[in-house]
Amino acid sequence: MSRGDNLGEKSNVNLPLATVLSRRSLFAVVAALAALLGGLLFERVASAASYADVIESVQPKIVKIYGAGGVQGLEAYQSGFLVSGEGHILTSWSYVLDTDFVSVTLNDGRKFQAEFLGHDPRVEIALLKIDAVELPYFNLDDSVELQGGDRVLAFSNLYGVATGNESASVLHGTVSAASDLAARRGAFETPYHGPVYVLDAMTNNPGAAGGALTNRQGQLAGILGKELRNSLNNTWLNYAIPVASLAQSIDDIRAGKLIPREPDENRAKPIEPVTLAILGITLVPDVLDRTPPFIDRIRPDSPADKAKLRVDDLILFVDDHIASSCKTLRDELSYIDRINIIRFTIQRGQELVDIEVDPSN
Amino acid sequence: MKRFSAGFSFAMTASLLAAFFVQSAPAADVFESVLNAEKQRIAAIAKAKSTAVSVFANGGQGGGSGVVITPDGYALTNYHVAKPAGNTMSCSMPDGVLYDAVIVGIDPTGDVALIKLMGRDDFPCAELGDSDKVRTGDWCFAVGNPFLLATDFQPTVTYGIVSGVHRYQYPAGTLLEYADCLQTDASINPGNSGGPLFNADGQLIGINGRGSFEKRGRVNVGVGYAISINQIKHFMGDLRSGRIVDHATLGATVSTDEEDGKVVVTNISESSDAYRRGLRYGDEITNFGGRAIRTVNEFKNVLGIYPKGWRVPLTFMQEGEKHDVLVRLAGLHAGDELFKKVEPPAAPQPEKKEAPKKDQPEGESPEKDPPKPDDDKTPMPKPDSKKPMPIPLPRVGGPQPIPAHLAQYFKTRPGYTNFYFNELNRDRIWNNFQATGDYSACTGTWRIVGKTIAGTDVEIVLADDKATASMAGGESLVNPNDDLGNQLDPVGSGGLLVALHLWKRMLTIGPQKFGDVYYLGTGPIPAQSELVDILVATVGVVESRFFFDPQSGRMVGLEMYPDLDVDPCEIYFGEFKDVDGRQVPHRLEIRFGNDVFAVLQLSEFDLEMAASK
Repeated sequence: MSRGDNLGEKSNVNLPLATVLSRRSLFAVVAALAALLGGLLFERVASAASYADVIESVQPKIVKIYGAGGVQGLEAYQSGFLVSGEGHILTSWSYVLDTDFVSVTLNDGRKFQAEFLGHDPRVEIALLKIDAVELPYFNLDDSVELQGGDRVLAFSNLYGVATGNESASVLHGTVSAASDLAARRGAFETPYHGPVYVLDAMTNNPGAAGGALTNRQGQLAGILGKELRNSLNNTWLNYAIPVASLAQSIDDIRAGKLIPREPDENRAKPIEPVTLAILGITLVPDVLDRTPPFIDRIRPDSPADKAKLRVDDLILFVDDHIASSCKTLRDELSYIDRINIIRFTIQRGQELVDIEVDPSN
Repeated sequence: MKRFSAGFSFAMTASLLAAFFVQSAPAADVFESVLNAEKQRIAAIAKAKSTAVSVFANGGQGGGSGVVITPDGYALTNYHVAKPAGNTMSCSMPDGVLYDAVIVGIDPTGDVALIKLMGRDDFPCAELGDSDKVRTGDWCFAVGNPFLLATDFQPTVTYGIVSGVHRYQYPAGTLLEYADCLQTDASINPGNSGGPLFNADGQLIGINGRGSFEKRGRVNVGVGYAISINQIKHFMGDLRSGRIVDHATLGATVSTDEEDGKVVVTNISESSDAYRRGLRYGDEITNFGGRAIRTVNEFKNVLGIYPKGWRVPLTFMQEGEKHDVLVRLAGLHAGDELFKKVEPPAAPQPEKKEAPKKDQPEGESPEKDPPKPDDDKTPMPKPDSKKPMPIPLPRVGGPQPIPAHLAQYFKTRPGYTNFYFNELNRDRIWNNFQATGDYSACTGTWRIVGKTIAGTDVEIVLADDKATASMAGGESLVNPNDDLGNQLDPVGSGGLLVALHLWKRMLTIGPQKFGDVYYLGTGPIPAQSELVDILVATVGVVESRFFFDPQSGRMVGLEMYPDLDVDPCEIYFGEFKDVDGRQVPHRLEIRFGNDVFAVLQLSEFDLEMAASK
C-alpha cells in the first residue's frame, strides 16, 4: 500500500494550538448536577421523527462565529448556539473571541456583531449576545443527560464548511462513555477535568468547538469541546461537556460575576496603586482587542520573581476579579494599593495556581 | 409546552407499540420494525455493493474505487483516480472477477472520469438516485476500496449520515472543484476516491472524492465530500463522448453587495452570451438554473453543475425590472488550456518531445514528473492544510502501454481521452437517424413550400449553387460556394439559408463526408425536457450543432454559428410526417437571439433525387 501522503507539516500546525489549549482551570467546579428535567423522562423513547426532521428543527439554533485568528494553524472561526430568544449565544472561550469584532452568522444567513458578555476560564466557555429577538433557542433548563450508548447528533461549523445561510455540519454517533476527563490526566493538555461525554464520532474538528451535542430527539446535552490531542499517542479525543457542568458558570456570567469590572469613578483609587513595573512583570505585547495577559518577562529579584511567577503564566484572576485581557488586568491593579498583598490566579500549563505577591518584597 | 406534550404522546404511543410487539414477537427481544429495518439495510447494501468497482492501476500500486452504472459496463470514478491509472486499468468486482477497463471521458474540473469495463453486457449496475432530494440527516453509505483493501475483491462498506448538502468546495486552481456536493460522516479514506455514495435505498447519490483532513494525517475525520449524481447526470453525455470535458462560466463575476446582501454582477465580458442577453454590470441575479440565488456560493453551486455550452435559465433585476433569459454558458477554460492542464508535462527525453503528447493524455507518472507546488498545470492540489484534499492513492511506476486485446477500444486524438467512443456515438446517432429516413440519394434541388403562422406564403429552394427564400419580407439568396459566415440572409434570421443549406448537406452526405464532425454529448434545447444528443460539424469558420432525439433518432433541431462570438441561427423541427419513407419535419421554428424569427408550417417537400446540373 502506498500512502501518497505529503502532509508533512503536522508539528508546526500543532504548536500554536497547544498554547491555546493550555488555559486551565483549578477550581474543580462541578456544579451539583441539576435536577432531572421533564424532557429527560422521554429521552429513551423511540421517536418516529427522522434524523432529517430532527436536524431541520435544530439547525436554526446553531450559529457560526468569526473572530480573531487566521494566522498559521489557527482558524478564525468556531461554533456556537443560541440559548435565549434574545440572542444569548453559548460558545467556547478561545482566542477567536480575543477581539472586539466577533461576528455571528445565523442559520438563515443574517449577520450580527456580537457583544462579549463574559467567560469562565475554568470551564472554557463564553457567553455572547447579539441584538435580535424571537430567535429559536435551546432552553438550558430543558437540556438532557446522556449515558454510554445513547445516540447523539453533533452540530458544528467544523472546518468552516458552511458560510452565510448554509447550515452547520451534522455528525452522528453514540456516547462511548460518560466520564471524567481527569481520568486521562497527563495525556490531554486541557484545564478542564470535569465530566465529559466521550463520543465515537469525529466531532471535535477544527472550528467545531462551541457546537451543540444533542440526543436523538434534538434536545441539548452538551457543548462540543476544543480539540484535544493525546500527547502520548497522537490521537484526538472527541467529547462534549455536559450542560449540567456549565450551569453554574453560565449563571455566574449572566449574573455579571465573570465580567471585568467597569472603571468606576465612585470607587476609590489608592494614591499609590500597584503597577506591573513595581511587581516586575512585563506582559506580552497588547496587540489584540482582548490580548490574554500572558507574562512575557519577569525582572530578576522582583516581587513577582520572588513569588515564583513565571514567564508564560496566564493571569486569569486578580484578587478573585477576572482579568480577561492585558487592559482589564491593568485596570484591576489600579484599584489596589501597593502596600497590599495581591492574589493572582494563573494558568500554568495544565495547572491553575494561586500565587500571592507582596509588592513591597 | 408543545414539545413536552408531543414527547408525552410519543411516550404513550411507543409504550403501546412496545407492548404490542412484545406480545406478537415473543422469540425476539427486538421490535419487528427494527428487524425489518435491519433486513432492508442488508438488502440495500447487498444490491449496491454488487455494483462497486475496485480500481487498480495496471502495472503499479495505485488505485481507487468506482461504480458500474450501465449493464454494458460504463462506470464512474474520479478523474484523480483515473488520471494516474492511465488509459487502461484493472477493476475487480465482488463477483470475484477482475475486469479490464478503458478510459472513456474525463471531467478534470469536476473530478469525474467515465471508464468502461469489458467482457459483459449484463453487469450489475447502480440505480441513479436524485441527489437534490437528499436531506441532511439521511442515512447513506459509501462502498469502496479504502487503503486498497479490496485485493480479495470485496469492497468495504461504511455507513453514516449526510452531514450537509449543496456544499461548495473551492477548486485547486481551476481543477477539482466540488460544487453543490454532498458532505457525509460515513468514513471516506484514501482509496475510497471515485467510489459510490448510496442512499439508504441503495440508490447512487454521489461519487466520493474528497475529505477535510487537515492536520490529523490522511485518514477520515468524519468529513467526506461526494460529487452529486445530479451534476454527473448533466455531464454523462459529454463523458461518453470520449472528450476532455469542460465546465462553464457565465462570462460574468458576481459578489455579494455589502449593504443589502444581494448577489450582483461585478464584471461582465462583452463577448459573453450573458451580455448579449442583456445582463449588465450592477444587475442583481435572483435565480439561476431554477434555483433562488441569495449568496455567491449558491451561484457557484449552480454554475458548477453544468457543462460548457448548456443553456441555463437566468433571472436578473435591472433598474427594478425583472428579466428572464436563457443564457449559453461559455467554457471555463479558453482554447486548449484545459487539454494542456491534463496532459503530462513535457517529457525530458528529446525523442519523446517530438511525439505528440496527446498520445498519452492520461499517462502521467508521478515519479517521473513530481508535481511542483507552484506549477498550476499540476492537476493535484498541493497539500494545503486549510483545504479539503482529494484522496488519491498514487500509483508507483510509469505509464503502461495499452494491452493488445484492448487496443481496438482505444484511439488517440488531440482534445480527447479516447476518440474511439466519440466515433462510436457519432455512428450510433447517425445510424439511428438513418432509420428515420435516408437522404443520401436526395442530392438534387430541394423545394419546400408552406406558410408562416401569420399566413403568408413561403418558398425555400436549396440547390447546389444557391439557396433562396421567398418569405413575407421579400426574396433572399445566398451562394453556398462563397464564405458562409458572411451570408446571414434573410435579415433577422441569423443565417437561415446557410443553416438550411448545411442541414441538407448533413442529411445527404452524412457526418463522415461532411467535414470535421464530432459527438459533443448531450444538452438541453428549448421547449424539450429530455436532453438531446449533439453532433458538432464545422465547415470553414461556420460551426453547426445538430440535435437528435435519443429515443426516436430524429433530428429535432440545429444551431448555426457563423462566428463563435455571435448568436446562432436556431431551427427547431416538429410535426414529422412521412414523405416517401422519410420522417420529414413539417414545422420549423426559427429563432435568433432573444426572438422567434418565424414559425413555418410546411405543406410541400420536394426532395429531388438526382443532381440538377
